[in-house]
Amino acid sequence: MKVAVASGKGGTGKTLLSASLFSVWKDPLVVVDLDVEEPNLHLFLNPEISGTRTAELEIPVVDAAKCDYCGKCAQLCQFKAINVLGEVVLTFTEMCHGCGGCLAVCPRGALTSGSRPLGEMRWGRIGSDRFLMGALRVGEAMSPPLMRVVKQKLQGMLSEAAADVIIDAPPGVSCPAVNAVMDSDVIVLVTEPTPFGLHDLRLAHEAFAQLGKPMGVVINRAGLPGSDVDDYCRANHLRVLAKIPFDRRIAETYAAGGVIAEAMGELRPFFSDLADQIRTLVETAAQPLEISR
Amino acid sequence: MIEVVVLSGKGGTGKTSLTAAFAHLANGSVICDLDVDAPDLHLLLQPRQMASEPFISGHEARIRAEHCNGCGLCMTLCRFNAIAESDAVPRIDPLRCEGCKTCVALCPSQAIDFNPKQCGQWYLSQTRMGPLVHAQLIPAEENSGRLVALLRQKAKELAQERQLSLVLSDGPPGIGCPVISSLAGASLAVIVSEPTPSGEHDLVRIVDLCDHFQVPVGVIINKADLSVDYHRRIETFCDERTIPLLGSLPFDTVFIEAVVKGRAVTEYVPDGIADDIRRIWAAIEAMAKIGTTV
Repeated sequence: MKVAVASGKGGTGKTLLSASLFSVWKDPLVVVDLDVEEPNLHLFLNPEISGTRTAELEIPVVDAAKCDYCGKCAQLCQFKAINVLGEVVLTFTEMCHGCGGCLAVCPRGALTSGSRPLGEMRWGRIGSDRFLMGALRVGEAMSPPLMRVVKQKLQGMLSEAAADVIIDAPPGVSCPAVNAVMDSDVIVLVTEPTPFGLHDLRLAHEAFAQLGKPMGVVINRAGLPGSDVDDYCRANHLRVLAKIPFDRRIAETYAAGGVIAEAMGELRPFFSDLADQIRTLVETAAQPLEISR
Repeated sequence: MIEVVVLSGKGGTGKTSLTAAFAHLANGSVICDLDVDAPDLHLLLQPRQMASEPFISGHEARIRAEHCNGCGLCMTLCRFNAIAESDAVPRIDPLRCEGCKTCVALCPSQAIDFNPKQCGQWYLSQTRMGPLVHAQLIPAEENSGRLVALLRQKAKELAQERQLSLVLSDGPPGIGCPVISSLAGASLAVIVSEPTPSGEHDLVRIVDLCDHFQVPVGVIINKADLSVDYHRRIETFCDERTIPLLGSLPFDTVFIEAVVKGRAVTEYVPDGIADDIRRIWAAIEAMAKIGTTV
């Protein structure tokens, strides 16, 4: 089972929740930080890193001896990453999406593969469980290609030994966020009952609903004044899985680098229940609908 | 023209609340919401829309099943795993398609359409604090970087037209495409941090990004009393990198109360935190030389 922890608004508690779910999860687990722009989960889980690899994107390299400047590559490229001006071919490799189109259309085989570093992938262990993360190179604009490499690595890790997966997703509702959750079995949306939280929950729900996966909501900082997230969830048939109360001690525990389910022992049963709720959500969604008489 | 962009790396540190307060204090700026993915500034500014236009960017490949010969070349070519067979016909998943056109160009039956697509909508609005340029990316869409660039251009044009010398922008979280697009060429990046492991970690990355693009940086520590330890670590970091610390603000639910009322914090409370924010804004004005150049 793959659980993606996502949100529209940033800072609602995705990492806090992912870390605590990890802490109470009963079955073998791979925990993955797919917020590659700002990965934070390792700061709380302190994994023992056993391997790293630079993730790369395939980009074109021009062999001037073979090129006849026909311009087919530049005509095709949708990202302005390759240009032919007279008898000069210019590549703007930071614009390249790595689609390989220019290499495929070049009639003279004048383009070969080079690479651009996207960032670093790191993996290792936390006790008997496994950990995986990506960290985007500072200055690199595109996070989805790095996320794809991390997801490939995840597949490899799962084929070595089956496990459940918890994914800490990036904030937002555009391509990186969708990329992070698209292969999961269930999406847990973390929100807060403020006008910002509700507004962005609505956007996230709209974005992820297209994926047709079971979704549930965790309301963090419940009790803050503001919008009624419950009403929205009820009206849209989104199950509220849990409410984490607004409590300064939780914020302080997080600020000290603590995992809430461990540092605040009285909340541990709460997170265990939440883990069960998530399982139930997946299992009930997997049941075929039957007409009851 | 001076362009100040409020960033954070980590989400939820208080960018939008502070941008609204700064817009209130600036008294005459073009305000811009560059978090096109999950924009929230309008919830505080209650804009009255004056103009709106669709944002068309990129294309979407679509297979015409009736012309497809089922050769499967497109599936082999696609690097984004966007094409899979269903009912013996390849189909393109629009959520995975990056619009690269490779399949379109190489399809032997020329069975793939490639139509421009609308990725969002952008707006020009009036608010009680000045004109607002904002947008909404269609959920799950891409090209947010291009939309950000478009908003910045529109904001600058508007500032010129209205003879306003400041563009004040609420930026997106992260360090990727929309952040780079918000940052490149700006006069000053105001980074809102928080004293937590995540806040410190993400601050370092966003500062490195600003250095990479040679944009000057000032730092605000919000929720400053959550951790004495991390507060000191951030101070030390700023000191080592000779980054001005613009000020610290306490962890206080007054920020949320103001949001609930649809007000900037400086409109909602007369003193206390509002005074702290005024001092921070004065530091930003001094740093960006606001009011001294046009």
